[in-house]
This record gives sequence, structure tokens and C-alpha cells, in this order.
Amino acid sequence: MPLIKNRQEVDDIWAFVPDDAPLSPGGCITVSLGRFRSEQELLLARNTEIGVRLEPADDPHELEDHLERLSLIEISFPKYTDGRGYSQAQVLRRRLAYEGELRAVGHVLRDQILYMNRSGFDAFETERAELPSIIEALEEFSVFYQPAADGAKTVFARRHSKD
Amino acid sequence: MYRYDEFDAQLVRERVQQFRGQVDRRLSGELKEDEFKPLRLQNGVYLQLHAYMLRVAVPYGQLSPSKMRRLARIARVYDRGYGHFTTRQNIQFNWVALKDIPDVLEELAEVEMHAIQTSGNCIRNTTSDHYAGATKDEVMDPRPWCEIIRQWSTFHPEFAFLPRKFKIAVTAAEHDRAAIKVHDIGLNIRQKNGEVGFEVFVGGGQGRTPHIAAKVADFVPERELLDYLEAIMRVYNRFGRRDNKYKARIKILVAETGEEEFRRLVEEEYAAQREHEKIDLPQDEIDRIHAYFAPPALEARPATSESFERAKTADPAFARWTRANLHEHKVDGYTTVTVSLKPLGVAPGDATDTQMMVVAHLAETYGHDDIRVTHAQNLVLPHIALDDLYDVYRELDAAGLATPNEGLISDMIVCPGLDYCNLANARSIPVGMAIQEAFADPDDQADIGKFHINISGCINACGHHHVGHVGILGVDRKGEEYYQITLGGRADEKAAIGAIAGPGLKAEDVPVALKRLVDRYRELRTSKDESFIETFEREGMDAFKEAIYAGA
Repeated sequence: MPLIKNRQEVDDIWAFVPDDAPLSPGGCITVSLGRFRSEQELLLARNTEIGVRLEPADDPHELEDHLERLSLIEISFPKYTDGRGYSQAQVLRRRLAYEGELRAVGHVLRDQILYMNRSGFDAFETERAELPSIIEALEEFSVFYQPAADGAKTVFARRHSKD
Repeated sequence: MYRYDEFDAQLVRERVQQFRGQVDRRLSGELKEDEFKPLRLQNGVYLQLHAYMLRVAVPYGQLSPSKMRRLARIARVYDRGYGHFTTRQNIQFNWVALKDIPDVLEELAEVEMHAIQTSGNCIRNTTSDHYAGATKDEVMDPRPWCEIIRQWSTFHPEFAFLPRKFKIAVTAAEHDRAAIKVHDIGLNIRQKNGEVGFEVFVGGGQGRTPHIAAKVADFVPERELLDYLEAIMRVYNRFGRRDNKYKARIKILVAETGEEEFRRLVEEEYAAQREHEKIDLPQDEIDRIHAYFAPPALEARPATSESFERAKTADPAFARWTRANLHEHKVDGYTTVTVSLKPLGVAPGDATDTQMMVVAHLAETYGHDDIRVTHAQNLVLPHIALDDLYDVYRELDAAGLATPNEGLISDMIVCPGLDYCNLANARSIPVGMAIQEAFADPDDQADIGKFHINISGCINACGHHHVGHVGILGVDRKGEEYYQITLGGRADEKAAIGAIAGPGLKAEDVPVALKRLVDRYRELRTSKDESFIETFEREGMDAFKEAIYAGA
């Protein structure tokens, strides 16, 4: 599935390992939060990069102690209408200061990508939109009222900034 | 009134361009209807029974003459010559072609208007007291804070896909005309030791399971308001139910979690906010926005007006209208006028393009450029000099806008019902009209006094039937329309949900049942000063139930 990261189409070196499949000995893998919880020692001891996939009901605070070890956190959108992933992303980026890759997976549509980007996602796995269209979506707005994980200066602040 | 600066204008322009692209992709077939739906919904475009409907935001119900004229033009050019003012203080157009909507949005942008977040599972138009800035009973003008909330909630990236729609209302008056206790969040502005803050209510609502909101905070200082709202929104976004759309509003979360636990979750989230997460609204910005709402420069006038008194004596119809449709202004010699959109035989809240032009002209000539839309689907001219009142009245009257019924039995809130809406089970407008006819005599209405009838065509309660003194709910029983009556609801500071009186009535039996109900009220009231709802609260359901079903 096409992966867009930092406004470029890139090869995906990661593989998600379903809960009932054995962990491959090498390679970059992501697992569910449940599996990360139950096989944590084994996972943390690997010589490879590791990642976790969060489902909408998962609490990102559970990853708090391991954020430096994680290279990828995937946030799953089973349906685009389920907006819990936006809060998970904001918590990871702004409250817990997670700096690795934050990837939106699942039902990821062109017209949600700007909100995702503002909430802290830097990678999007989407089969439904081409790169030019995604870049266009990211540039549709230049004015934002709220502070968010993208660090954009708010209108409230721009109005009173001295520079 | 607030005016856009370069940033506000830029954002709305960018939105028009974005939506134009989305409509192009839809019309070319690139977007399927199911993919287009969430996009059009966040822009106020609904697919109704007959056509697309466009709902335009009127932030906290305030309009200027130029905005009103533009709405009139849109009604004339793109619709069938009228618009429908809604209970969210917005306006909707029922017959706009999809291909024209980007052009309509462009026309709106030219007068600093938009349709952003007038639908969809996001934060909707913030509503307020329609007398804000003019009424004697407010501690301050709530509109600056409504505007701040409007800006903060516009395209909020985290809260665009909430479990369900989300409505915020703000009041600052002793008498709550914004129905804050039946909103997802209700804010009551207060002053304490010279500081401005907000009493915060959460989890009120109507729909299938009506709830009165719970108080979650006594006093949130003004600088912290947006951060506190962020905490509530995040708790709702994370924990609100998504398995059943009828249980997805925040009222269900508050009820199922329990008020205390809900409050704890909000407090915990609020306390966890780190310094760099705070919105930190600059004081300069709070002041800048407040400055737009400075009171109009009203020239000093005596408290009584000779010309006004003379006109009342000479013209009994004018005198009757002044008894019903005026509200006391905070400045001597001025008054606040309700322009009724509830004449006999017209769908409540509808106004023609010509009527909109008349109201715009009056606001410009006599009314300091200020117009409001009320949640009861009327219009208001907040600042009219008593000396000018008779002139204003005559122009309104000539345009069919001087029905003397503000707050009276024929001033009903009625949803569009089965005639327009694809959710409805029953018609509402014809039932409302039949009731209006039964109580057509203006002297009779004046004698009955304050009496709120609210009618919904289905349990989604868009006609606010739960909080009508008398609520009427249309239900479908084996293909036949029945109307269930509730009594004792109210939306003000004593907010209450009405109780069901008994079995549903056939449409043709509703007006006579209400006639008997009103007669009973007249027998029981201690004096003409005791309103129906007061008598009801004193006497209880049984006294009135019998009257409703006496003929059955």
C-alpha cells in the first residue's frame, strides 16, 4: 500500500505482525498494544527497530515509558468517522513528546489528511489518494486558529506578534 | 459586531476554494456520494427529501444589514425566494443546486459569512442570548466570548470527527434565553471579585433521551476558558460512545459515567495539560475582540416618548403589538423589537427575500445596523428609539412582519417535519398552523399570555418539544400520524423536560384538546399574571391531563 511520509512517497520497510502470527526474527515490525504489553521483554530485547499499532480505544499513555525505544507508532482508523486517533496523536506528540514516526493507517482519506498532519501525523498509508492530491490537501489552508502538534502559529498569536 | 481581519477572510476564502474542488470531484464522479458526504456535511450541505439543503452559519445569531441583504439575494437568485431561520440561529435554503453551492459560498464570503460546521459531528454554531448587548438583565455582553469560541472551534483538527454533533450556548443574563441547560456545553458568564469567569454545564440535550445539563465547574476564569473546553472535548472524543449514534451525544457519556466521575475525568485531563499545550489567548486578543462589541452610540433620549404614546392611543393594533413584541432596553428611550416570523399560515421561521430586505433597511435606518436571529425562529432589532417605533412598526406591518405574538401561543417552534425532512415520521407544520388558527384572535392570545408550544415531527426533537410548556411530538403508528402531548417543559434557567400527558392524539384532535387545556388554565390561574407554566407547576399534571382527554 502506498506510504506517504514527509510529503514523499517512500518504500515501506515495516510489517505489522498480527497477534496470532509468530514474530519474525529480523526486520522492522509493529505489533498491537496488547502484544506489546504481553511480550514486552522479548520485543524490547530485539536488535531491530520496533513499533506499536494503536486501535481507537487504546490509551497512548501506556507507551509512555517506551517512547524512546519506539521508531514507529501506527494509529489505526478503522473508519474515517472515528476521530479518536486525532486525540491519541495530540497526546503522543504534545503531552508525551514522542518524536518518532506517527503513521495513520486504515481508512485514511485525502480530505482528512490536513487535520491528521496538524494533530501530529507525519506519515499516511493510503491507497485512496495520489501524492499530488495529498500535497494539495496539506496546502489548502494557511490560517489556523488553534495550537496543535504541527506547531503552526495560531491566528490569535499572529495578530499580536511583533515581527 | 465582529469584523473579519485578514486572517479570518483568508480562511473563509480558502474554504470556498477547497469546497469548490470537492464539488468538482463529486460532479466528475471522482468522489462517490459516501465519500463526499462527510465533506459536504462539514459545510452545511444536506441531501434532503427533494434537493440539497444549504445551512448558513449566523454566529450567535447576529446579522448586519449587508449580510441580511446578501441572504435575500441568495434566496432570490439560488432558491425559491425565501429562507428558513433555524433554532440554531442559522438560516437554511432548501432548494439550492449542488453546482451553485460554491458560488453561494463565495457570495457569503464577500460579506464575511460561511457555512462551516453547520452540520457534521463537529462543534456547531455557538448560540447566545438574542438580546445580548441590549438587555438590562445581563452582567456583560456574551457575544465576544461566542466569537472567541467560534474562532477556536473553526476547523479544530482534533475535534472534527467527534462521536456526534456538539452544541455550545452562552448566556450572561439572569433570565436564560439561550437554553444553556439543554446544550452539550452551556456557559453562564459571571463576575466574581472583579474577575470574569464561566459557570460550566455539560451534558444537556434533547433528542430521544432528553437531559438537563450537570454543572461541572462553578467558575472557570476567562483566560482559562478555551483550555478548559479543550479538556471537556478531549474526554468526550476519547470516551463518548461510538457504537450507537443514538447514544453518542455527550449527555449519554455524562449519564453513564456519572456526573462525579465525569467531572473527575475533565479535571484530570485539565490538570495534565502542559504549559506549551495551553492556548494562552493574549489579553490583547481578548480586548481586541471585545472592542468590536462596544455598545452602539445611542443619543440620549427621555425615558418616555410623546410620539410613541400618541401613536399607541391612536392605533390599537400598534398598541397591541407593543404589548407583545418589545423587550426592555438597558438605555432609556430605547427598546428591543421582536420581528415575528410566525404569522398565520406561514411555516415558522420562513422569510421571503423582500421581508429580509425590509428588515435590513429598518436596521440600517433606525437600528444601528444590528439584527438578531432568535432560537425561537424570529428576528430582533435590538436598539430602536421609542420615537422611531411607530415608523418601524408600519414598515414591518406592510411587509407582514408585525404579528403581535412574541412568546405567545402562536409563536411556536416547529421543525420542518415530513414536508421537508427525511428523518421525520409525521408532519409538523400543518399541525402548527391548525393550532395557530384555533388561537387566531390576538386578544385571546394576549389574555392567555406566555405560552410556548414546541412541535417536532420525530423523536430527534429538532422542534424542541421536550422543553415546550406544551410539547407536541409526531409519531407514526401503522402509517397513521399521531401526536403525543408533553406538559411542563421549559428551556430557561429553570430548565425542565416535559412529562407525557397520555396517549397520542390524531392531528385533527390536537387544536381542540389545546383549547380545553387553555380553558382549564384560565380557570385555575390565580390571576392573569400567573403564566401557564407557573400554574402547571403549582397544580401538577392531573389537573391538565383531564382537560386534554375530556373529549376522548
